[in-house]
Amino acid sequence: MFNTLFRRKSFRHGVHPQEFKELTNKLPIRRLPFAPTLIVPLSQHAGKPSVPLVKPGQEVVRGQPIASADGFMSVPQHAPATGRIESIQLMPSARGPKTQSLILHVYQASTQQELYENAHDIDTLTPDEIIQAVQDAGMVGLGGAAFPTHVKMKPPPEHHVDTLVANGCECEPYLTCDHRIMLEQPENLIQGIRLVQRALGVDRAVIGIEDNKLDAVRVIAEQLGDDKAIRVQAVQTKYPQGAEKMLIRSLLGREVPPGQFPSAVGVSMFNVGTLAQIGELLPHGRGVIERVVTVSGPGVERPGNYLVPVGTPIRFLLEYAGATTNVHEVILGGPMMGMAVAALDVPVTKAMSGMVAFEQHDPDLERGPTMPCIRCGYCVDACPMHLNPSMLGLLAASGDYATMASDYHLNDCFECGSCSYVCPSNIPLVQYFRVAKSVNRDRAQQAG
Amino acid sequence: MSELRITTELRSSPHLKQMVSVPQIMRNVVYALLPVCAWSVYAFGISVLLLLITTTLTCMLSEALFCRLSGKASSISDGSIAITGLLLALTLPPGFPLWMAAVAAFVAVGLGKALFGGLGYNVMNPALVGRAFVQAAFPVAITTWSPPFLPGRFSEVIPSTLTAPFMKPVPIGEWIEQRTVDAFSGATPLALQKFEQIITPWPDLLTGTIAGSAGETSALIILLGGIYLAVRRMLDWRLPVGVMLGAVIVSLPLWLLDASRYPDPLFVLLSGGLMLGAVFMATDMVASPVTPLGVWIYALFIGMLTVVIRLFGGLTEGVMYAILLGNAISPLISLVTQPKIFGEGRKP
Repeated sequence: MFNTLFRRKSFRHGVHPQEFKELTNKLPIRRLPFAPTLIVPLSQHAGKPSVPLVKPGQEVVRGQPIASADGFMSVPQHAPATGRIESIQLMPSARGPKTQSLILHVYQASTQQELYENAHDIDTLTPDEIIQAVQDAGMVGLGGAAFPTHVKMKPPPEHHVDTLVANGCECEPYLTCDHRIMLEQPENLIQGIRLVQRALGVDRAVIGIEDNKLDAVRVIAEQLGDDKAIRVQAVQTKYPQGAEKMLIRSLLGREVPPGQFPSAVGVSMFNVGTLAQIGELLPHGRGVIERVVTVSGPGVERPGNYLVPVGTPIRFLLEYAGATTNVHEVILGGPMMGMAVAALDVPVTKAMSGMVAFEQHDPDLERGPTMPCIRCGYCVDACPMHLNPSMLGLLAASGDYATMASDYHLNDCFECGSCSYVCPSNIPLVQYFRVAKSVNRDRAQQAG
Repeated sequence: MSELRITTELRSSPHLKQMVSVPQIMRNVVYALLPVCAWSVYAFGISVLLLLITTTLTCMLSEALFCRLSGKASSISDGSIAITGLLLALTLPPGFPLWMAAVAAFVAVGLGKALFGGLGYNVMNPALVGRAFVQAAFPVAITTWSPPFLPGRFSEVIPSTLTAPFMKPVPIGEWIEQRTVDAFSGATPLALQKFEQIITPWPDLLTGTIAGSAGETSALIILLGGIYLAVRRMLDWRLPVGVMLGAVIVSLPLWLLDASRYPDPLFVLLSGGLMLGAVFMATDMVASPVTPLGVWIYALFIGMLTVVIRLFGGLTEGVMYAILLGNAISPLISLVTQPKIFGEGRKP
């Protein structure tokens, strides 16, 4: 116990942005009311879109499956509220392209008690049954990548997974939803870890939490009691500690080789929010119909952690949190890797961990003019992947995208943003790299 | 609830930005240089003040001129050119004719910086390019030294300072003799060591009560400036440390071998321009490598080469050429020392 609290493991490089977590980390999770209309996209995950099970005009009960998985690399969708399906149509999404979505008119008079469920006796489930139950719940990674959770529970057979890592770092500034989940639902988290351990057949589980959340470390350690199979470990507060490869390095000292997945070093990693949902939903056989979203930033008057029905338009969420009229930039996810949205009509999806609203001329967003690279090397010291962003940036400026990929490991960049964050010349390095990657992809497609 | 009407802005991540900008870094380097300048003015008088003003103003005017010629917005405000001006003055002898200093400044900006495309594109440290030019063009003036703490240094300039443009400076030996009690040989500690095997005691080197270029006097003040910048992370500590280490690596075995012929490492570190070069010139971000291994190779190379030139070359001082050569091979060093990326070359 003493050890777990006082050893601060970490990875090399990285940055220390201001956290801004004090805005919301003391506020308990509160339920958001139902918006009059919910928009449930059929594709909220990496993989194939789900297939609608309902027709326009059909009435649905909260929790009822309304779209089924299309194969293994897909997940079903469940009705976030009792109401009527109005239509199935293309709607704007945060990522840009319009996606096929179910429009659900919510019955405001309904009690919205969750009626639909399919209870399991979780103690008797086989590993395959657990994986199937996770897919049936429509689970995707809640950390942001939206990778179907059950797929990660079936690592490639050539890799021997010996450790389950629960990622409770939440290294993005402003976000505190995982922190609150760990404080308020430690029993769900531990239940989820045990289920996934059984599915994977691994004895060892480590919960990695940044040391700005020692209260969560304590709460979980108390909940664990004498359970030796699960360990909770505080790690240094540093961005991007929550990145898969960084956290594995910090906790276990193992380095995932370039271009490979954690299973290559015997690790399976899940976000603590995802695991808590597994622990909460699986015994009842319920689906993912809501999630905790941190709403924060200088642009809202009532920041907090809200339990939000999937499909809630972010306009509704923003209004509920008291958006000021000065809001100028709305970011889905955290401010380091999140995406600014063009329209407020996009819905909250399963993988959306936060929404941060900034006002015009916020000093934390202001950047000066872009200047030439002075080779200060700040980016080289910041890059957690040990790339050379300075060189990549110079190559990008001259359009030599092929060399970036062939000689300078462009494709190992996971766009954490540390290099752009520190660049004193305000060079939009990450944006350069995104452009370079997509141009390379296009060229490869044309050639192939 | 009224309909929320806002216009959003789209930017790409990361949305947060660390508040360190190029002008801020440059400004802090200037702050760190100011005590060095102040001590130099105190030691050598108004001649050095005039020298500092001349080089800095000429550098700024040249920068403005070259920016206009190339049709770019003026880059004076980024502060890098002020550093070039100050550094250049600090590498010159206190009584260096002002018109020659102006030539050096013009060459520093024109040949050293503007020709390559301005800030960020120069291959070598601009101040040293200017210094190297006048070393070749005015070999006598650049090796004419005057002692520090002359009486009346705040009321009269060293005669050579005000030489009319394109004229040879007047000899200052006689002028100095009239003002000093002890005989002044007109030699720097490096020359004394090289030609007469006289080792100047290290406390004098540390505080700068010696003859030499305007800025290569007090090693202590230079070090303090370097520590200030390193603490603020605006200077890569590995560079000065590497340069000094390189100098010790070469000088220590030689000194152990034959202490009567070779100076001790402490003398090597504190004398001449090594400290100024290690802290403020080798650390020029633009002209030094960015890769972790490259930084060490570059710094050690400069330190070792400096001592080799000093001990075996015809010149008494080797820092300038060592750094310029280091600058020249820096892109190559960067190229061959690309960092090993995360997870590469480790057993899975």
